[in-house]
Amino acid sequence: MLSAIVFLPLLGALVAGFFGRLIGARMAEIVTTSLLGVAAVLSWMAFIRIGLNGGEPETIQVATWISSGLFEAGWTLRIDTLTVVMLVVVNTVSSLVHLYSIGYMAEDPHRPRFFAYLSLFTFAMLMLVTSDNFLQLFFGWEGVGLASYLLIGFWYQKPSANAAAIKAFVVNRVGDFGFALGIVGIFAVYGTISFDEVFAATPAMVGRTFEFAGTQFDVVTTLTFLLFIGAMGKSAQFGLHTWLPDAMEGPTPVSALIHAATMVTAGVFLVCRCSPMFEYAPDTLAFVTIIGAITAFFAATVGMFQNDIKRVIAYSTCSQLGYMFFAAGVSAYQAAMFHLFTHAFFKALLFLGAGSVIHAMHHEQDMRKMGGLYKLIPFTYAMMTIGTIALIGFGIPEIGGFAGFYSKDAILETAYAAGGVGSFGFVAGIVAALMTSFYSWRLAFMTFHGAPKWKHDAAHAHDDHAHVDAAHDEHHHHELHPHESPLTMTIPLAILALGAVAAGFVFYPYFIGDGNLETFWRGSIFVLHGEHVLHARHEVPEWVIWAPLTVTVLGFLIAAYYFLWYPKKAAALAAREGLLYNFLKNKWYIDELYNLIFVRPALWIGRKLWKLGDGWLIDGFGPDGVAARVKDLAGRAGRLQTGFIYHYAFAMLIGVAALLTWLMFGGAPK
Amino acid sequence: MDTLHADLLLTAPELLMAVGGMVVLMFGVFAAQKRPGIVNALAIVLFAATAFLIWRQPAGVLATAFAEAFVVNDFTRFAKLLVLLGAALSILISTRFFEREKIARFEFAPLMIFATLGMLMMISAGGLISLYVGLELQSLALYVLAAFNRDSVKATEAGLKYFVLGALSSCLLLYGSSLIYGFAGTVQFDGIQVVVDGGRNLGVLIGIVFILAGLAFKVSAVPFHMWTPDVYEGAPTPVTAFFAGAPKVAAIALLLRVLFDALPHAAADWRQIVTFISIASMALGAFAAIGQTNIKRLMAYSSIGNIGYALVGVAAGTEQGISSVLIFMAIYVVMTAGVFVCILAMRRVDGPTEKIEDLSGLMGSRPLLALCWIILLFSYVGLPPLPGFFGKYYVFGAAVEQGMWPLAVIGILTSVVAAYYYVRIVMLIINGAPPEKPFEPTMGGELRVVLGGTMLFSAAMIIVPGILVGWAGIAAAALIK
Repeated sequence: MLSAIVFLPLLGALVAGFFGRLIGARMAEIVTTSLLGVAAVLSWMAFIRIGLNGGEPETIQVATWISSGLFEAGWTLRIDTLTVVMLVVVNTVSSLVHLYSIGYMAEDPHRPRFFAYLSLFTFAMLMLVTSDNFLQLFFGWEGVGLASYLLIGFWYQKPSANAAAIKAFVVNRVGDFGFALGIVGIFAVYGTISFDEVFAATPAMVGRTFEFAGTQFDVVTTLTFLLFIGAMGKSAQFGLHTWLPDAMEGPTPVSALIHAATMVTAGVFLVCRCSPMFEYAPDTLAFVTIIGAITAFFAATVGMFQNDIKRVIAYSTCSQLGYMFFAAGVSAYQAAMFHLFTHAFFKALLFLGAGSVIHAMHHEQDMRKMGGLYKLIPFTYAMMTIGTIALIGFGIPEIGGFAGFYSKDAILETAYAAGGVGSFGFVAGIVAALMTSFYSWRLAFMTFHGAPKWKHDAAHAHDDHAHVDAAHDEHHHHELHPHESPLTMTIPLAILALGAVAAGFVFYPYFIGDGNLETFWRGSIFVLHGEHVLHARHEVPEWVIWAPLTVTVLGFLIAAYYFLWYPKKAAALAAREGLLYNFLKNKWYIDELYNLIFVRPALWIGRKLWKLGDGWLIDGFGPDGVAARVKDLAGRAGRLQTGFIYHYAFAMLIGVAALLTWLMFGGAPK
Repeated sequence: MDTLHADLLLTAPELLMAVGGMVVLMFGVFAAQKRPGIVNALAIVLFAATAFLIWRQPAGVLATAFAEAFVVNDFTRFAKLLVLLGAALSILISTRFFEREKIARFEFAPLMIFATLGMLMMISAGGLISLYVGLELQSLALYVLAAFNRDSVKATEAGLKYFVLGALSSCLLLYGSSLIYGFAGTVQFDGIQVVVDGGRNLGVLIGIVFILAGLAFKVSAVPFHMWTPDVYEGAPTPVTAFFAGAPKVAAIALLLRVLFDALPHAAADWRQIVTFISIASMALGAFAAIGQTNIKRLMAYSSIGNIGYALVGVAAGTEQGISSVLIFMAIYVVMTAGVFVCILAMRRVDGPTEKIEDLSGLMGSRPLLALCWIILLFSYVGLPPLPGFFGKYYVFGAAVEQGMWPLAVIGILTSVVAAYYYVRIVMLIINGAPPEKPFEPTMGGELRVVLGGTMLFSAAMIIVPGILVGWAGIAAAALIK
């Protein structure tokens, strides 16, 4: 049954991918979606059995993958609490996204390919979360990277989509390089890559060092640091985050599945899975905290002034991942996983809601060209509002609130209680929460409230967007009539909204309630100081508990002031293009900086190697040069043949003379 | 049995050839002036009879006649059969060509016979005198053959150039012979072998160089090759085919006889010379052919290059080397006959053409002929499993065996360069635009027979290469004694 969870999506991918033409787009949709639905139901059953009811974790041996000398890598499904949480997240969101895509992609001619990719992604993600050793983890890791690349570039006719796909792939290579180094290092130090053996041996490794380039490095710190580099790439943490906003070039369901709910959280999962190692590397944990806090703050600042509806949510995702990391950094892995869990619901909801808006607006994504949509698409409006409230973590302490409230407040309080770098995380988190509230409501107000701005310029509203197929183009010539989405799209919204409302208070006791390590996580997460870390949040001052609610309301008021009550002021502010506004709108100029430091020199080196190294040196002195010399020689040899008989005779006599001279003075070797 | 009787018996094939040649000539003069075809047929019959007599000579023994001026052993028998094959094929493919060019004359066949007789004499020469007699008999006939189309300025010029330069080479040869004689006091190879014992003597060195220069002229090795392109281009195509085949075999055989029978102890000296002219020939044959537009001129450079490869085996100076040269030459003769048949098939309604570019798009108009072209050209390239590969394989193998791997490497590198111009023709045949004026749709039956025979030979070389290799081994063993 557990194997079916993993392999049903693969089956769907193979069927849709290889027989998509044969069985038709409709069949491909039905097959993949229903297989995913079954997998999702099975996942929930496993979650209830192993997670909630305390069933025994299972290990299923599928096959021996590699056996070479000391190196052993099995293909094993490891199903413990951490895994079943991920299974539920992945398969729930994935099955809903499959269903949603039937409506969203209805006009696309390449639907079988799309669904095959979606299912393939799901399979790879499941391989990742069920892995029993680092190599299998890496397999899934690269598999989701591949699927992400394929799906971002799904509309391959669009140059921007191709560029975004390549960017995602290349930036992830940087992280993956660190990750791969980490795995190699683990094998070099531990002699094994199996989780159980590595984790068991870690306490003994504390204080051990190895030498590299004449310097001593602490083993566990270095290895965890390398693993975290990989996590940074996949989870778009500050420094390696640049690919995530661009990845929004992919179809919106893809953004919801891969770039919000599942793949980008793989980094968080990795850190939690390896908590038995990270716990013995306090320096790495501090680094994780700082990076997470910076990301939470940075992404929130940028998100405030984006005009593309999907980019706002993308930066929001980035920011929320930052929260998860600094929670993990202060050893509150349970809180990180809980936020991952709730975030999956409301962020997928927001993305799919945004998709519904985009669908209604015929692929318009610029919020400045929306407005007043709440009357036309009331259901989407309601769902988006629920998602927004969940995201900003609205809730009243002691009483209750939406999903985000439970997980985010737990993170902030724990960070405060942890002190040290945790305090930095707390401050960054509170400021980020203010901004989260602001940009979330800004999105809601710009999209659904105010005067409709799409009526004026409907004629040229979508010139710069994907013209997916001819049938779609016909839409563009009619006047724009925003309309509510079909059932296949609204049902997933409703289910996710349910999760966004309820996931918090229903699962709160399990994930981070008292005694969670013994009753719920049961060894799948290791915390050196046990319950104490998470428990400390109950002893923080009163103001810390009320701070999140305060800034959330404040953010709401600012957003309402500028975008609901006095929208002209916001426009005036934006028009002034102040220094800070431009700095934030241009994403801290990090893309430009990378372009200057990495991309252009790389292109320059590439061009030089091509023109000078390959063209001039290798071709010039290699094949081309030799060929040219042969031609020269051929021409000269041809000219020797003058046709004059005395030249011929002369050549013969010269030959005789030369041979004689050679023999007489060169001498014969005896 | 007295000596004369034995001598006459041993020289029976050559005697038959000489008498038969004169009979054919008389027959032509008095009975068949207007029907050269019959004369040609008679000549082929004569060749076949001669070949039969040679075939029946006792195997595995060394026999001499006329005071050791004439030598017969397995080596000479092998070489002679090869020469006869080449000559007979040339006559076979010539008849129709001459008739259609309206230059058919009955003198052609007798000239061919006497030239071939000269070659047989060369191969069997036991001393410097008989060597020179055979060589001149051959050469004089060849000069005339080169200018056989006497109304053509080109052919006349070719014949004259050949004659003047041939005379020069004969001078060199004679001068060298006289020096050797002056040193050794004998003209017989056996005697020379005893006297030239490897000690360094300037007179002997000069003699060797001059004799080698004279022989190198006959095999058209660089730098004594200059006549080759002009004569190949100027002579009528069947004559060119003849030049490219039988005389080369005879001259190589003579070279081997001189080197291994008369000068085996001076090997250290002549190996250097042979190595030099071998490298020079391979290189020039590869490079100079690239710019050619005339297929016969291209074949001239191709034959220069191929002689260079054969000389690699000679330079090896071992029994294995000799056998590799014989294998190489046998394959070369057959391949060359095949290619010249293909060249003869390059005939349009308004006459024959020799331009390479006219082969363009042949695959579309004459697929079977094009296939033969491609097989033959790839065989020249040395592409396995075609016969040309085996030829080069044995030759280079013999050199490597003697530690002369630089020579083999140079040979392979020049093969690569040479592959360029062969493969370019193949590409032209396959990819080229169809010609405006296509070739005649059919070719003569005798051409088809020869071409088919070539293809059969290729197949046989792939399936049972051992037969030829075995014969060549026996022949080589006879020479090395």
